[in-house]
Amino acid sequence: MTSVLFQRARVIDPRNGVDGIRDVLVTDGRVAQVSEAPLVAPKDARVVDATGKWVVPGFIDLHVHLREPGEEGKETVLTGCRAAVAGGFTGVVAMPNTKVVNDSALVTELVLSRARDADLCHVYPAGAITKGLKGEELSEAGELVGAGCVALTDDGRPVMNAALMRRVLQYATLFDVPVMVHEEDLTLSAGGAMHEGATSTRLGLRGIPASAEVAMVARDLVLLEETKGRLHVAHVSCEGSVRLIREAKKRGLRVTCEVAPHHFTLDDRAVGDYDTHAKMAPPLRGDADVKALREALVDGTVDAIATDHAPHGVSDKLVEFEKGINGIVGLETALGLTLALVHEGVLTPRRAVELLSEGPARVFGLPGGHLAPGSPADITVVSPGEEWTVDAHRFYSRSRNTPFHGRTMKGRVSQTWVGGRCVFEDGQLKESR
Amino acid sequence: MRHLLGIAGWRRDELEALLDRAQEHLPGGPEASHVLRGQVVANLFFEDSTRTRSSFEVAARRLGADVLNWSFAGSSVSKGETLLDTARNIEALGPAIIIIRHRSSGAPHLVARHVKCAVVNAGDGAHEHPSQALLDAFTLRQRWGSLDGRTVLIVGDVLHSRVARSNLVCLKALGARVVLCGPPTLLPPGLEEMGGEVTHRLDAVLPQADAVMCLRLQTERMAEAFLPSQREYSRLFGLTPARVERMKPDAPVLHPGPINRGVELSPAVADGPRSVILEQVANGVAVRRAILERCAS
Repeated sequence: MTSVLFQRARVIDPRNGVDGIRDVLVTDGRVAQVSEAPLVAPKDARVVDATGKWVVPGFIDLHVHLREPGEEGKETVLTGCRAAVAGGFTGVVAMPNTKVVNDSALVTELVLSRARDADLCHVYPAGAITKGLKGEELSEAGELVGAGCVALTDDGRPVMNAALMRRVLQYATLFDVPVMVHEEDLTLSAGGAMHEGATSTRLGLRGIPASAEVAMVARDLVLLEETKGRLHVAHVSCEGSVRLIREAKKRGLRVTCEVAPHHFTLDDRAVGDYDTHAKMAPPLRGDADVKALREALVDGTVDAIATDHAPHGVSDKLVEFEKGINGIVGLETALGLTLALVHEGVLTPRRAVELLSEGPARVFGLPGGHLAPGSPADITVVSPGEEWTVDAHRFYSRSRNTPFHGRTMKGRVSQTWVGGRCVFEDGQLKESR
Repeated sequence: MRHLLGIAGWRRDELEALLDRAQEHLPGGPEASHVLRGQVVANLFFEDSTRTRSSFEVAARRLGADVLNWSFAGSSVSKGETLLDTARNIEALGPAIIIIRHRSSGAPHLVARHVKCAVVNAGDGAHEHPSQALLDAFTLRQRWGSLDGRTVLIVGDVLHSRVARSNLVCLKALGARVVLCGPPTLLPPGLEEMGGEVTHRLDAVLPQADAVMCLRLQTERMAEAFLPSQREYSRLFGLTPARVERMKPDAPVLHPGPINRGVELSPAVADGPRSVILEQVANGVAVRRAILERCAS
């Protein structure tokens, strides 16, 4: 029997209404006891003095690109898992737009097998909505869910065909998995390289109007209402989208959504002089959008913070802005950017933890996300006040594409525990192999 | 190293100093400078532009430079070489200045970050065309002495125009009022934040203009549904003799060239007494000499 005792921690467990100084005892990979009174460490238990630290449910990222199979030079399941646990994540949802696309049990099983080999954190594959992400034929959702997929998505691409979108919302109710959507009307975004606004005009770059996202959110909410399905809107970036989702939630529709840290931190001015590290899809929006996203994080419209971790090689970004590939890595900076909102007084610590752990677990129906006795001991220990400077060269991810290199952050992952095993501690991985 | 990547960020006195220097480069001016004698100026043109390339070439030669002309057609770029690799290869030939024209906005900025020599932007995407704006300002200043209080009307496809952006910034910095006119589909958001005034009614603003600058209309804008037809554009925004009648008596007509005759300008206007199009071309050499000199200093 292996045990761990976290002493004098500030335990924040939103689902169970806990926010206070507690001792937490973990036995055999599960939470055994959370107590206000000091606990006595069992014989041979590891004792962690967590004074001044937060002990919270392990973070879960609903939106990660692990690039395997097909683009292992950018990331692999193993390197992605290393980056995840370094960022405090004990579970990640792997997007299917790999090269081979995850539209069959075979690819799902490959990803799960690589995740078992990595043996660091939980990897939950998402399966493609359509075969080859072509937006034409539905992939076999039953087979994908049977093999372990937790959601269906053509992420990276919208489902432009409304009839097909309507059908997948209907069909997925068979398995009760969310349909996760990248909302972008390609006829509105065509040729665009950044958000349409004063900055795109100044830089002479073709803009992507907010309507490219909002119009598709509106369409899918109409289809959702008709089909009684489950819709999860990925990486919401603008004010119009959160307004529609807020209203739909009020009317009882089964819609959830996530926001990426870069979208609530930066606006389109971050493109500066054509910095491709600020190029992503959806693009960084205007300051009114950033403000609206922050409000939506506070008021419950947003269910989860998800990174859209998108590793790319140096040469993908060292090109003309229009040619630059979309996306940034996010796993290792997510906590710092989220805590910046706490330090600014936008989010309470409890709400921040909810958005990183309880919320994502709830929307995709994943294990973890809370610390009640009996739940898996997936735990993140946070040093909320520790200052550090982002150095992309020291990322565990195989890629370094981030606009946050050099940024000073306040708040850092101290330890990451998965199933009662410490996998990351004081900046170092603790790999079992 | 002094790059010229755009007009944005320049102070008025810097612009005035450069235009003053260009004045000295006009034919009949003081003894020619040979500041670039024995040096190489590389013309790196990823987009065809005989006009701008030739103008820079003449300017460079007048300063004593050897000119290396490199063009996209048949080059290594068409074999998949990246912009940076091309630029680094050109740099290895040892130029003092690289002049770059590229269809992507920001391409000269990328090159400037990775080479040691000076970089001059000869037009990047829909971003800036600083030497054109400087020669336009020079041409107007020649007529007026100062741009203070003057109204310059820019007509046409502002959305896709680097000339419009550079001119807006440049003319504003030199004290002019800039009004931008065109169909709503071709006027992007945020022009007011750059100091411009926006209108869609050409006939209403023409009488206020001290100069009218027409922009070239690309025929592909019809295919992209920015406009129903060239015919309709011409009817609503083309400068005809009848419209010239509405302008102030001495207001000149500018155009960066090449002209679509009968679209932006009626032939009678293009070749008429108001047109300063050929003056612009001639002034271009003097202005570009001043630019290259500045980069070499």
